[in-house]
Amino acid sequence: MTQQPWFTVRARRVPVSFRVDKRVVPVLAIVLLATVILMTLNIGVGEYPIAPLDVLKTVFGLPTGNTDHSFIVNTLRLPRMLVAALVGLALGISGTIMQGITRNSLADPGIIGVSAGASFVAVTLIVVVKDVPSGVLPLAAFAGAALVALLIYMLAWRKGDSPIRLLLVGIGIASIAGALTTLMITFGDINDVQRALIWLTGSVYGRSWEELLPLLPWIAIFVPLALLLARDLNALNLGEDVANGLGSRVVMKRGVLLFAAVALAGSSVAAAGTIGFVGLIAPHLARRLVGPLHEGALPVAGMLGAFIVVASDLVGRTILAPIELPCGLITAVVGAPFFIALLIQSRNR
Amino acid sequence: MASTTLSVASSKLNASTARRTRPTAVLLLGLAVGVVLLVAVMMLSIAFGAADISVQAVLNAVFAFDENNTQHLIIQTLRIPRAAVAVMVGASLAVAGAIMQGLTRNPLADPGILGIETGAALGVVAAVAFLHIGSLSLYALFAFAGAALTAAAVYTLGSLGRGGPTPLKITMAGAALTALLSSFTTGLLILNQRTLEEVRFWLAGSVAGRDLDLLGQAAPYLVIGLIAAMALGRQITTLSLGDDIAKGLGQNTVWLKLLSAIVVVLLAGASVAVAGPIGFIGLVIPHAVRAFTGVDYRWVLPYSAITGAIFLLLADVAGRLVLRPTELPVGVMTALIGGPFFIWLVRWRVKR
Amino acid sequence: MLETQNLTLAYDKATIIAGLGLTIPMGKITALVGPNGCGKSTLLRGLARLLSPRGGSVLLDGHDIHRLPTRQLAKQLGILPQGPVAPEGLSVRELVAQGRYPHQSWFQQWQTDDETAVTTALEITGMAALADRPVDALSGGQRQRAWIAMTLAQQTSIILLDEPTTFLDLSHQIEVLQLLERLSRDEGRTIVMVVHDLNHATRHAQHVVALRDGNVFASGDPREVVTPRLLRDVFGVEADVLPDPRTGLPLCLPYGLHVS
Repeated sequence: MTQQPWFTVRARRVPVSFRVDKRVVPVLAIVLLATVILMTLNIGVGEYPIAPLDVLKTVFGLPTGNTDHSFIVNTLRLPRMLVAALVGLALGISGTIMQGITRNSLADPGIIGVSAGASFVAVTLIVVVKDVPSGVLPLAAFAGAALVALLIYMLAWRKGDSPIRLLLVGIGIASIAGALTTLMITFGDINDVQRALIWLTGSVYGRSWEELLPLLPWIAIFVPLALLLARDLNALNLGEDVANGLGSRVVMKRGVLLFAAVALAGSSVAAAGTIGFVGLIAPHLARRLVGPLHEGALPVAGMLGAFIVVASDLVGRTILAPIELPCGLITAVVGAPFFIALLIQSRNR
Repeated sequence: MASTTLSVASSKLNASTARRTRPTAVLLLGLAVGVVLLVAVMMLSIAFGAADISVQAVLNAVFAFDENNTQHLIIQTLRIPRAAVAVMVGASLAVAGAIMQGLTRNPLADPGILGIETGAALGVVAAVAFLHIGSLSLYALFAFAGAALTAAAVYTLGSLGRGGPTPLKITMAGAALTALLSSFTTGLLILNQRTLEEVRFWLAGSVAGRDLDLLGQAAPYLVIGLIAAMALGRQITTLSLGDDIAKGLGQNTVWLKLLSAIVVVLLAGASVAVAGPIGFIGLVIPHAVRAFTGVDYRWVLPYSAITGAIFLLLADVAGRLVLRPTELPVGVMTALIGGPFFIWLVRWRVKR
Repeated sequence: MLETQNLTLAYDKATIIAGLGLTIPMGKITALVGPNGCGKSTLLRGLARLLSPRGGSVLLDGHDIHRLPTRQLAKQLGILPQGPVAPEGLSVRELVAQGRYPHQSWFQQWQTDDETAVTTALEITGMAALADRPVDALSGGQRQRAWIAMTLAQQTSIILLDEPTTFLDLSHQIEVLQLLERLSRDEGRTIVMVVHDLNHATRHAQHVVALRDGNVFASGDPREVVTPRLLRDVFGVEADVLPDPRTGLPLCLPYGLHVS
């Protein structure tokens, strides 16, 4: 018998068994390590530079000889890093789900209008209501995302839904939401508009525990949910008919997966604005590294997403210091050529 | 397979509308009616606005201009240029969209959806931000550059991977590029508040506040583009049957595609330079027109031009009336009308 | 036993099949034939529960398949749609493993049975040597065999295939049809396939069902069903039907159009 490409785990007493592609564990470990390293570095960078070792000490509550460290790290920078990482995780997984459901590798939560809806609501709030209390913005943004998702599903569904229609209707809604957002931008007070635009671009600037805490439940619920449905995503990825034939309750599973993808995308937008391309690139990279089976691709894509956002934030903070470029801009600038290179490579295989 | 069903839908679209080939006499009559309608709507748009002006006064302003009459001044300096811009831009964008749909055999093609307008807009914003271009008149050049680069990028992106440039992949590539380029644009606007102030009205897509001078600068491109488009009508009809069929009929598809792309870039780029990015005209108008004319592009193109002009004029009037006396930029109006239409199109025309 | 009772299938406003009653014989290969638009693919989809009936029902061992739990049905009935596409980079082994879906659960994702089923499926289809190659790098015939291996791993007694040989090279067509014959003969599986080529149907199927305009025109042993009259009335074609020199089964040789 030829060598299997996966590890099999079978417990003896408890009826549990599963398999994991051999590539997944090392890749996951490496990316996790890299992300943690970057996070540590990123926390250390800034107006008050802190050595990486001191950063680690402060996080774990060990004394470093400088009482300021605790404040800077734990109150200012750590929550910001955690938001960046979790947003990246959410976007990576959301993008993987979308690409799996629609069987289209250009699908991304940003393209299908979910981010556009969230942005529109948020921008409207910022421009129309002065001094929006910061707890309200994430909720409103998520409501916008959910509304768009509902609209998309309702409009695209027509006696047997089609992933293509889902995508295209999403693009249509994104255009409408975009036009309405432009309306807000055109007529608002210029300072409000600039704040709104910054928010729109996607940034973790100034994100604190206030933005982190509301994000946690979404991550805690929907990331594990997505992982549990990995096998269904595999089935869906083979085509609706094949998935049906294999006994997957396609309509229900697809609905749940879509909901999870929207929830993750919406809560990310709520926390950090629209950070583009993460949901587009991370799945591609993940599939390239560990293959298209989602038991491995989902966690790896999530981890890669976290890495990308943290790295982009680090670059944004250091490249034009002391000016801080929003990480959403960096992901776009770096993401695009990277993505094109990926596509070109895959064509030549 | 996912990518082929979109093209099936469009060829079904072509097939069902082709059955209604109207006699030439009817089509010519239709054109004449269209022109008359256009003039009437132009009058309407000149008469309506924050200050209502009678049609008589409008005619006087044109034929018996009195320098000291404020109404005449408004008409000459504001309203007529505005109407002229709307006509030119509406016609150009509609024709550009029609050509794109025929070229790519994609019923969902439009310079807006495929990112070409966003690219043109980015070209302008970048020019303002980095080169401190003050006058709108230089916008055209950078709009062209942006439009051309984006068109090339969309086509390339959409051709990668299995199956070549299918309609779905090109639409997706367009959406991806739109997202990318608009985030660049937003980025530039954030970094430079002065740029933001200068361009944000323009960015919404508006025919207001454009003087005849600016239109004059862009007009040659638009006129050349429109004439070239009409001349290509028959060739595009052949191409819309399919690459292989067209080649079999002896057409030089490579040259035609290149030429058509240049025409689209001219029309879309110049339009964006004058009026900012206005979306959905190129999407909606050709569909409405094809329902009447069938799929012969010798007719689709001129009809699109006239209908597009009328549509944009009406959208502009609507934008002036809806929230009087505030004016909604016409780009928002077209999106509010065109967006739902696009979704309707997808819902009812795209099968599995 | 798989049968339909008064089955009506429709898409939106177009009724494709109305009041159709059909019994699929177990343990044999059944070929569904007919001109384009006669409803053979629709019928197959109806049998596979991919399409909900507008009226009537499809019964498996007396139970309405639409009332059966999805997973249970998937253990008894498998379908291979037309022209399936595998995700990029998926290996043959990984694809075949997907066939175990109905036998798995959240806790039991990879039992020994699953492994055995995959290995067996690979061996029967002759794909064991190619198991780690990506599906999209295979030839047409190999790819089709890989997909068939997936349905084999599902371990269903009934397999439905929609045009399994269309677009394949001649040699690949024979490859696939001979595999199907082996499955039916050696494993006793019931196979229902939609085929375009009537001669494939006569050579490899034991039961032929000819459809026209959504109705069963004739069904039964190919020697009885495939006649010049069938070709005339169902396909609109004038043909000679001769006994195949090798098998004695009907060989269709169309020579002209039927002018009515």
